[in-house]
Amino acid sequence: MQITVDMNVCESHGQCVFAAPEVFSFDDEDYLVYDAAPPDALRDKVEKAVASCPVRAITISAR
Amino acid sequence: MSATTGRLVIVGASLAGLRAAQALRADGFTGSLTIVGDEPHFPYDRPPLSKRTLTADLVPDNALPMPDGLDARWELGQPAVHLDTQRGAVTLGDGTRLAYDGVLVATGSTARGWHDPRSLPERGVLTLRTRDDALRLRAELPPGHKLVVVGAGFLGGEIAAAARARGVDVTLVEAASQPLERAIGAGPGAYMAELHREAGIDLRTGTTVADFRATGGRLTGVRLSDDSELPADVAVLALGAAPATAWLAGSSLDIGNGVRCDIHLRALTADGAVVPGVVAAGDVARVPHHLAGGAPIVLGHWSNAVEQGTAAAHTLLKPDDPRPFTGVPTFWSDLHDARIRSVGLPALADEVRVHEHDLAGRHLEVGYHRAGKLVGALTVGRTGRLTAYRHQLERDAWRARAATEPHRSPCRSSRS
Ligand SMILES: Cc1cc2nc3c(=O)[nH]c(=O)nc-3n(C[C@H](O)[C@H](O)[C@H](O)COP(=O)(O)OP(=O)(O)OC[C@H]3O[C@@H](n4cnc5c(N)ncnc54)[C@H](O)[C@@H]3O)c2cc1C
Ligand code: SF4
Repeated sequence: MQITVDMNVCESHGQCVFAAPEVFSFDDEDYLVYDAAPPDALRDKVEKAVASCPVRAITISAR
Repeated sequence: MSATTGRLVIVGASLAGLRAAQALRADGFTGSLTIVGDEPHFPYDRPPLSKRTLTADLVPDNALPMPDGLDARWELGQPAVHLDTQRGAVTLGDGTRLAYDGVLVATGSTARGWHDPRSLPERGVLTLRTRDDALRLRAELPPGHKLVVVGAGFLGGEIAAAARARGVDVTLVEAASQPLERAIGAGPGAYMAELHREAGIDLRTGTTVADFRATGGRLTGVRLSDDSELPADVAVLALGAAPATAWLAGSSLDIGNGVRCDIHLRALTADGAVVPGVVAAGDVARVPHHLAGGAPIVLGHWSNAVEQGTAAAHTLLKPDDPRPFTGVPTFWSDLHDARIRSVGLPALADEVRVHEHDLAGRHLEVGYHRAGKLVGALTVGRTGRLTAYRHQLERDAWRARAATEPHRSPCRSSRS
């Protein structure tokens, strides 16, 4: 699974970190860091992250 | 009704309603789905209305994305005016009767008005809840105009900040001694007060608006309870929100201060009996919360509308297998350049622990406790630290959930 976060849109809401902590986290400066190719086993959690992001910054791409 | 067919009606075409519709289809519902909304618009997002919609050069598009395969019939631009739970029907403003097998109430809330509406000038005093409200307000905010915001809660604070960013002269009037004092405590409230003052907002605390002055029906100023007079071109009332339940009068639902629900989001009567086939979600719903010791509360937050919309859809579709709703609330607000992020229910706290308070660096970290137990946290510029608080609250929620459903707990044998 391939994901991207539009960092121009992300406002550090942290909803994705709550939903899928294995994939998303914050650095010390509150910038989001994430695993762009998480294992498929985490798909449910990543979909939850996508649905809970208030600014819709996260997309799952097809490949 | 079988789990996947039948006729479902969602009343309220906004965040909770749309997410519920999406969840119904995702859960395999193939029957007919009607979504009723009194606004003429397809669902849109409200948080930008007090932020970018006011400040951006061009009005941004804030429509919520339409999920694929929704296959819903939209009844927009007209209100539901009656719910008949005996016969299972919703009546619309034009008299149309929609028979239902299940109905989801997601009518949200409306802006609280002035206590004496007849004393208001005809023009110049606004509230903000809808997109149309926001466009009206935006048109009243040219640089140099004088704005008075009544109420320095999250909404009032955001409106004041947005107007200030446009070069408007802003006075923010608050009855308490600090903005947000009841919601987040006096210390964090003082932090927000400093943000406002730094931005050049005239913040008046410990005072209220006594009355409005007008000439020819148009607002010209306000008089405060301390007798000072402020000239004003426009005023906004930011006095909180009230659940939109008027249309449910005469139904069997308990609608005192929101649609009272059980922990599965099923609507209840005044006697506490479940009303079959009726669920509620979002700003309109009053739901027992473990952080509040099981007391039913209304949570007027974006994430709550998403989570309850999804959960209520599940309950509607699978009445025999309802999941208890034990979500941990989260909330955000953007004030000037500060990103306020919160988890839990800070307003419940009897003890506020400020771990970091750095105005210049735009950092704030506060923990909220009640009877020694964590009930919430709030940060500015430290969202990363919220994760630990959130985990703690989630563990407590899980325990609360296990306690209500002993048969689901893997480490406990069923007693009933
Ligand atoms: C200006 C503003 C800024 C906000 N900012 C934030 C923020 O920064 N962070 C945050 O967490 N939350 C914020 N919120 C709160 C958030 O937007 C709400 O929690 C969310 O919109 C609730 O969704 P809902 O679907 O329950 O209700 P609503 O969005 O209120 O939708 C209810 C819909 O039902 C319609 N309706 C009402 N009565 C009837 C009827 N009888 N028949 C048919 N339709 C009816 C209404 O017109 C409305 O369209 C903000 C809200 C506003 C207004
Ligand atoms: S939820 Fe969205 S806005 Fe928040 S940190 Fe994740 S990507 Fe950014």
